Amino acid sequence: MKLNRRIFMGTGIAAAATLAAPMVHADGHAKPRVVVVGGGAGGATAARYIAKDSKGAIDVVLIEPSRMYYTCFFSNLYLGGIKTIDDLGHSYGTIAAEGVNVVHDWAVGVDRDAKTVALAGGGSVPYDKLILSPGIDFVEGAVAGWDLSSQNAMPHAYKGGSQTELLKAQLAAMPQGGTFAMVAPPNPYRCPPGPYERVSMVAHFLKANNPTAKIIVADPKPKFSKMALFQEGWADHYEGMIDWIGEDFGGGDVVVDPNAMTLSIDGEVTKVDVCNVIPAMKAGRIAELAGVTDGNWAPVNAADMSSKADADIYVLGDSSQQGDMPKSGFSANSQAKVCANAVRGALTGSKVFPAKFSNTCWSLIDTDNGVKVGATYEATDEKISKVDGFISATGESAELRKATYEESEGWYAGITADMFG
Amino acid sequence: MKFLVQISLAVAVTFAAGAALSSELGDVDNGKVVFKKCKSCHAVGEGAKNKVGPQLNGIFGRAAGSLDDAKYSKSMTRAGDDGLIWTQEILDAFIENPKALVSKTRMSFRGIKDADDRADLLAFLRIYSDNPADIPEAEPTAIGTDHDLDPAILAIQGDPEYGEYLGSECITCHQTNGTNDGIPGITGWPTEDFVVAMHAYKQKLRPHPVMQMMAGRLSDEEIAALAAYFKDLE
Repeated sequence: MKLNRRIFMGTGIAAAATLAAPMVHADGHAKPRVVVVGGGAGGATAARYIAKDSKGAIDVVLIEPSRMYYTCFFSNLYLGGIKTIDDLGHSYGTIAAEGVNVVHDWAVGVDRDAKTVALAGGGSVPYDKLILSPGIDFVEGAVAGWDLSSQNAMPHAYKGGSQTELLKAQLAAMPQGGTFAMVAPPNPYRCPPGPYERVSMVAHFLKANNPTAKIIVADPKPKFSKMALFQEGWADHYEGMIDWIGEDFGGGDVVVDPNAMTLSIDGEVTKVDVCNVIPAMKAGRIAELAGVTDGNWAPVNAADMSSKADADIYVLGDSSQQGDMPKSGFSANSQAKVCANAVRGALTGSKVFPAKFSNTCWSLIDTDNGVKVGATYEATDEKISKVDGFISATGESAELRKATYEESEGWYAGITADMFG
Repeated sequence: MKFLVQISLAVAVTFAAGAALSSELGDVDNGKVVFKKCKSCHAVGEGAKNKVGPQLNGIFGRAAGSLDDAKYSKSMTRAGDDGLIWTQEILDAFIENPKALVSKTRMSFRGIKDADDRADLLAFLRIYSDNPADIPEAEPTAIGTDHDLDPAILAIQGDPEYGEYLGSECITCHQTNGTNDGIPGITGWPTEDFVVAMHAYKQKLRPHPVMQMMAGRLSDEEIAALAAYFKDLE
């Protein structure tokens, strides 16, 4: 019995019903099956690589609720007016054409004994190996006064798509001389330089459209990624516009009121026009439901990204607790390739090569002013461990900064082609 | 003040390097003869103007691709932006095999394989670069380590299957369709060029920090495997 891709491309409910039919590998079915939950930098890459490299020997099912994926990386450039929302959107059409069964539905549970994933639309999908790459969710109660029901008044815009568009609309609608506030997250969180690139891009937009506006950042941390580079850039390009309040000055003591649109920092209440609340993060909920989390994240073995709780489950990207790698799209993509190689080896006996990981994060400070940080990593018994790294320097030439930005555009084209074909 | 610093540097380097340097700096007269190979595209000396290639007065210590009126490839401009400076060592590597150092350079010249000829040529060109001419032992004319690759490294037959796995890390940035926007394409290269280029990053002769880091942890076999894989793409 053969899986029909078109059926899976249909609506979630239809697909789920079909999947529930007994086309199961576990007992005597011809092919092993890998189910991947989450179609981002980790999941889409893993699904594609397993399907491509196994040349049809493995059934690959990708469960992802969105029909279009909007990348979180580069979304700050959309806020700054440098990219359009369409630049960030990618469809799963090519992945499906390459032989991955793409199911647009939510995974709502994992039965580890029966080895099945339950879908919101009903039914369940059996697996031999399960790869979870669900990104992040937010820790409840992390920011006093804020919960998910407040995300329209005070967007997080920390998952790509409609939240990003909402924040952009609020930014554009700010009154002249208004205040844009950000509540920055505690470590560890997705994309360490992300909040600060966002501050830069918001400042870039305001400088052109609302030059008397102010930006306040309440930060629970004493320091942050690429701090010297951002602070130099803010002083040079957006002088007097950005007020960063770190841990020392009460940046971690925050209360928001989404109805009154106020932000209290260390007891001092400020009326704000836009409030971007980025709460503390945890693994995407399905990892918790699968029982592979310990605290907020899912511990994994560095050699193959397998869960420490279940040898048939792998966790990629932001949700995983792997060691030294930052939570980034680049990291997730890198981990996905190591995992895909290991999963294919486990199911078909193909050659498994040693794990190698790398990451680079580019950030844009102003037009043609890019900076980067990166490192390489290896798998040790204990964790993914940093080998070597580099970071852009302060005071670099305009030419180098422009080349770095152009490089980041090249990377965006590269990684999205790698994820989506 | 600057003069004093340079003198003290020169003295220090002379003490450190000893007598071997003078012989390695090459023969100016023979260098003038070797320069005939370059003359159709490059001028040097009083009143030299850019021709097909940039004029070479002051080439020592100049950033790659940095003369306003000269025509450069995108690769050369990018190398300069990444911090490539024409030192003795870098010029020597470039003249030996231009495309190994700057992949898509407009300089369609297959290189000078004879190390003595290169040393002579550089000794000749050095006359037209101010500071190095005055202070022969000072940077940027100080002679670096030998960059020649061991022929045994070039002879390694790479495993393309391993190269495909390792290469998955490369194609996060370098696309398999060979696109050259922002990040250069790496598909379809002759194996030797690929291996020489990667070792040039590994030895930090090529300037880019990401590539120095990525190449830095690859073994000779792994570089050969990557070369074997990317050679046949496209």
